Amino acid sequence: MKTLWNNYRYLILRRVTQIGLLILYFGANAWGWKILQGNLSSSIILETIPMSDPYAALQMLAAGAVLATDLLVGVGVVLAFYMLFGGRAFCSWVCPINMVTDSANYLREKLGINKIKGIKQPASRKMRYWVLGLSLVISAIMGVTAFEFISPISMVHRGIVFGLGFGWAAILVIFLFDLFVLKNGWCGHICPLGGFYSLIGKFSFIRVHHIEENCTLCMKCKKVCPENHVLHMIGKESLPVLSGECTNCARCIEVCDDDALGFHIKNLVNNKNLGE
Amino acid sequence: MSENRPKKKESVTDRRKFILNMARGVGLATMGGFIWSAYVDEVTASSLLLRPPGAIDEKDFLRTCIKCGLCVEACPYDTLLLAKPGDHKPLGTPYFVPREVPCYMCPDIPCVPVCPTGALDEASVTTDGKLDINSADMGLAVVDEESCIAFWGIQCDACYRACPILGEAITIEYQKNERTGKHAFMKPIVHSDACTGCGLCEKACVTEKPAIHILPREVAMGRAGDYYIKGWDKEDEKRLKNAHEIKTTTELSKQKAADKLNGDLLEGLYE
Repeated sequence: MKTLWNNYRYLILRRVTQIGLLILYFGANAWGWKILQGNLSSSIILETIPMSDPYAALQMLAAGAVLATDLLVGVGVVLAFYMLFGGRAFCSWVCPINMVTDSANYLREKLGINKIKGIKQPASRKMRYWVLGLSLVISAIMGVTAFEFISPISMVHRGIVFGLGFGWAAILVIFLFDLFVLKNGWCGHICPLGGFYSLIGKFSFIRVHHIEENCTLCMKCKKVCPENHVLHMIGKESLPVLSGECTNCARCIEVCDDDALGFHIKNLVNNKNLGE
Repeated sequence: MSENRPKKKESVTDRRKFILNMARGVGLATMGGFIWSAYVDEVTASSLLLRPPGAIDEKDFLRTCIKCGLCVEACPYDTLLLAKPGDHKPLGTPYFVPREVPCYMCPDIPCVPVCPTGALDEASVTTDGKLDINSADMGLAVVDEESCIAFWGIQCDACYRACPILGEAITIEYQKNERTGKHAFMKPIVHSDACTGCGLCEKACVTEKPAIHILPREVAMGRAGDYYIKGWDKEDEKRLKNAHEIKTTTELSKQKAADKLNGDLLEGLYE
């Protein structure tokens, strides 16, 4: 039991956070709870603290909308949290699609799809920044928030809180895409919201740190990481994971049997000493 | 020459690779961009949609609404819905279907102040510094005289009685029923200046498919334009104050019509 907790503690905490948030949002609409109202696009905590999706606000700006004060305050709250602490934690701790892509990835591994000879990852992880840019261009030209009208994230989240409709099809499409077409396809390649938080969360203080002296080069961390290029220092140098594309999901910390990885507060002086 | 060859080929390949990769990126972005734009254009094209009270102009609404559903949660009657995939409405935006659940016109309008983006504009439903649901413009009731049984001569005033602005938004017009000679038509007439489009009339209508229904004002109303003035109405005549004459001259209108007819047009005809 103890090893089970030790090996999955962050995964369990993440699922508890993701599902807990969904329950709070759902309860607000279904039973009138006042703890967390709205949805991931914009919400309000205890009827006082507003939160708004900064990427949605950016699209609104591109589309030529006038940004209201409430919205700007909400955007500020969210930006401050992820810029200072969370990094790209939205993707692995909050986003409901994470559960879909994680299960696709799990099944992909179990079925051995990754081991098929000659299977290629034909797409670049940079694609999400192209999609991000494109969404702003389309927002500007069409005068509507382009990604918000196709976003499976808000579709699914709204669906769970307000009624799903055909939203299950979006879940299935992403699941099948990640399972059969591209490993970590949606979250690791396409999603512009992930790209946005990668850029925003680049300088947050809480980071995964690698301690090279403890590393036995088992490479379990690299295998489990959904963005494994961020772990380029494994077995080479004691460095924090500085790439904004790390989602702070902490799977690498859990699978490490040698205490070579852990969360630390980023120390700017130390980083300099370490040659960063 | 042959020794240089592989080296040369490699350098060309690198450059070529870079250019090709850029071309691929731009090509894919263009392709994706067009598909994406076409889709967005389609899903935002629905015009027969009733928005919550205080909603700003539809075009601005689509770019300003963040689709958070706070208005939907605030609505105590579950009138407001968020468009789901499959509803064929702009995804995630709030709307209501009056025949199912109309807007009950809460005096404190709980759905409007919660809007974080101003897509529901508090000022537009405020009169003299107070929230005033009677100033809302969600839509306009339209009567289909062919299926309204009151227009047939059967006595029915369900819509008139259901109207929360009784006697202002809908009035009853009495008219002699020539068919029987001794009965009256009691025809419901909607007045656009008072009607808020709440849909209580549509909900109350007794016909199988409602003979009175709410349409968005943009759809329901015409526009007379600047050419026509109510000469008998002092207010309307004020529109003429800053009017100036625009004269267009064509080949035919150079002369007055009579002069033209008396002039060279007929010349030679009677000779």
